[in-house]
Amino acid sequence: MIEKADQIFILLSHWLVSFLPAWLQAAAMVLLGVVAIVVTFPALFAVTVLLERKGLGRMQNRYGPNRVGPYGIFQPIADGIKSLTKEDIVPRSADAVVHFMAPVFLVVVVFMGYAVLPMGRNMTLVNMDAGLLFFFAIGASSELSVFMAGWSSRNKYSLLGAMRAVAQMISYEVPLLMSSLAVVMITGSLSPNKIVDAQNQYTYGLPHWYIFTPWGFAGFLLFAVAATAETNRSPFDLPEGESELVAGYFTEYSGFKFALFFLGEYVGMMGISGLGTTLFLGGYSAPFSWLQWVPSWCWFFGKVMLSMCVFIWVRGTLPRLRQDQLMNFAWKFVLPLTLLNLMVAALWRFMGEGWLRWVVCSAILLLAYTVMGRVGMRREHFGPRSYRYAE
Amino acid sequence: MSLVFYVIAGLSVAGALAAVLLKNTVHCALALTVAFAGLALLFLELDAQFAGFAQILIYIGAVAILVVFAILLTRGSETPKDTVYSRHWIVGLVTAAGIFAVLGWAVLHSTVALPRETTKPEVTVMDIGNALMGRYVLPLEIVALLLTAALIGAVIVAMHDKEGAQ
Repeated sequence: MIEKADQIFILLSHWLVSFLPAWLQAAAMVLLGVVAIVVTFPALFAVTVLLERKGLGRMQNRYGPNRVGPYGIFQPIADGIKSLTKEDIVPRSADAVVHFMAPVFLVVVVFMGYAVLPMGRNMTLVNMDAGLLFFFAIGASSELSVFMAGWSSRNKYSLLGAMRAVAQMISYEVPLLMSSLAVVMITGSLSPNKIVDAQNQYTYGLPHWYIFTPWGFAGFLLFAVAATAETNRSPFDLPEGESELVAGYFTEYSGFKFALFFLGEYVGMMGISGLGTTLFLGGYSAPFSWLQWVPSWCWFFGKVMLSMCVFIWVRGTLPRLRQDQLMNFAWKFVLPLTLLNLMVAALWRFMGEGWLRWVVCSAILLLAYTVMGRVGMRREHFGPRSYRYAE
Repeated sequence: MSLVFYVIAGLSVAGALAAVLLKNTVHCALALTVAFAGLALLFLELDAQFAGFAQILIYIGAVAILVVFAILLTRGSETPKDTVYSRHWIVGLVTAAGIFAVLGWAVLHSTVALPRETTKPEVTVMDIGNALMGRYVLPLEIVALLLTAALIGAVIVAMHDKEGAQ
């Protein structure tokens, strides 16, 4: 029974495919997997948007959407219908082909990343030897669609937003890759499945997740920072800073194309949350060995939704950074720490079992964090801020 | 030579031709990206996963972005009114044809020099890593040194401007 609940989607797809002739079955299995991904994540997107609007409302002492359905739970459906029926405006001077291609390209690329994520036991669409590399390669090409959107709109705000977004994504892609590399070094594989398998073991009922090691904890924090910046989320949402740039690179998009950008952003966030879950939070494995009867896919989706809640929480809490702060933070703080974390992961690997490696690795990381933070802050000269025109 | 190969090859060649023939420089850069993607797909069709993904990561994720950045930061993306073809196009044509001939000759002869494999080799990422860290560690380090030198050079070029302004 437990086994069946765990493998329910696999069994279901096998059962559905068994109605087809034998030569079609392999292709139909792949198609079913793709359809499942393309249906599930937009549905989760709708839930997340509602959660975000309600949650942000709570944090800012207001109600949030409460008109459509009980407690406003049908708001995403109303939004979807609205964006489908709205007029699609293309600026006269815009580059029509590129303007059309940009949102389509973004959504396609963002969904492709899910192909390699293990969403449950035996629930990886394509089990690739170099799956992690695939995810990063696909993620890197989403920058191009941001540029296409900003450039083709022929609007200075769009172009500035796109330039900011691309500069930011390039800068934070380096720490994102570097922090994941520590996991690859320890596991010795680029395959997401093997990374999850390595963490899916228990000692005294506690899991071997990488976040519960010094280098893994530091790596996870650095990964989370880089992932937030990579998805252009607050506090790194300068590319769409509405007080400066209207809406950034998708200023000139309306109707369903705008909805596609919105979808792309959230589905990308979920994808990178899924990757973080796979790398550091044990993927589909249970947090305690006595909870292993819960189907594995529940854990994966639970962890992803939990990360989304953290994203929303961070958005409601932190103010937006300035452009120079953003760049300094990436290159002078996050990147050196990720490089150090790589060394610490290597040290962890070669120090062997025992409590000594816990002490040494934690001490190195804590020391580096404190010293770099102090040194970086000393140069900043914080003090009372004077406003020349706003008094 | 399957149908997939012809589709991918057509895509790459069309992208490359568009990159040369289109008038708007940003369009050229985007067309070049299509050619890069075609090459990556060719690698993947040959079961060279690592090379294919590295091609996407580096050429589409980094090189194409740098190209469009360079275009936007230097000249603007306005389409020139008169012809975009250089007056020395014949020299360029001869050079390109010469390079193509040399590369083609080298590729065609390499099949004779190398042993002919009858079975498909199973190359994992781990094998590539071992080769890079073992047999090919010296070339790798030389490339790394070259890239570092280029990086420092770029920083120095950028710094020089700032000192002049002060």
